[in-house]
Amino acid sequence: MRVRILVSFKESVLDPQGQTVKNALLTLGYSSVKDVRQGKVFEIEFDGISDEDARRIVPEIANKVLANPIIEKFAWEILGEAKQV
Amino acid sequence: MKFGVVVFPGSNCDHDTYYVLKDVLGQETVLLWHKDHELKGVDCVVLPGGFSYGDYLRSGAIARFSPLMREVREHAERGGLVLGICNGFQVLLELGLLPGAMLRNKNLKFLCQFVHLRVDNPATPFTRLARRGQVLRIPIAHFDGNYFAPPESLAELEEQDQIVLRYADENGELTGETNVNGSTAAVAGLISRRGNVMGMMPHPERASESALGSGDGRLIFESLIRS
Repeated sequence: MRVRILVSFKESVLDPQGQTVKNALLTLGYSSVKDVRQGKVFEIEFDGISDEDARRIVPEIANKVLANPIIEKFAWEILGEAKQV
Repeated sequence: MKFGVVVFPGSNCDHDTYYVLKDVLGQETVLLWHKDHELKGVDCVVLPGGFSYGDYLRSGAIARFSPLMREVREHAERGGLVLGICNGFQVLLELGLLPGAMLRNKNLKFLCQFVHLRVDNPATPFTRLARRGQVLRIPIAHFDGNYFAPPESLAELEEQDQIVLRYADENGELTGETNVNGSTAAVAGLISRRGNVMGMMPHPERASESALGSGDGRLIFESLIRS
């Protein structure tokens, strides 16, 4: 099973990198850009776990390691079968 | 006082700190490898500056899981002294031995410069040789030094007098400009509630000999030696 986890700053935390990207987009003329938040994406491949296991393990991993809960939040989803290369 | 300086892969101020403690200040000092499980009987553990694990994930986030950190946590819980400098401060935050977190500097620049620090709490083992309001000139060198604490924990930090050092000007005045990295409440150095664990972003080991432009950093180490 492959899982994608998105970690980003909480709304209450200023994201200076997101602000800089936003300013760059506005400078380029994309005047409809209202806000930009920058985050990190993790894709984790698990071996032989059920959806139920994932619902237990993924938030645990995210809270313990991938995100710092003081400043960051996370969202996650189960991805389709891995593509054959 | 016996000091132990922890060495992580990517530490780069470990030998400077070791040199100041051992050769400049004449204290018994050992290096502690992060994979060991022994503090070798030290009284004070120093987590040095650098880029442990290349700052992967978040500064200090991976170092937190180093085997030796279990002993460091137990040492702190027994009331033992722990000083985290720069990356060491970041590790202490990730470990949860100090409250809050670090964000990228507000101007998104790596800052490497002398700053002035105002001592707001001289009643700690790390600052006992200072006067309240004394100004120290010590350099910083970091990308992620923009201290963040949510409003409720900030109120507690102020109330418990845990903010030991603040970015100020040479007269000890706090202005928006002197808070170079944008830290909440201009926090440059923070102490645990119990008072035995301190984290600071500035590098006292780089300001411990007048030949290097300032000897003010010695005050931190000499305070510890008197503890």
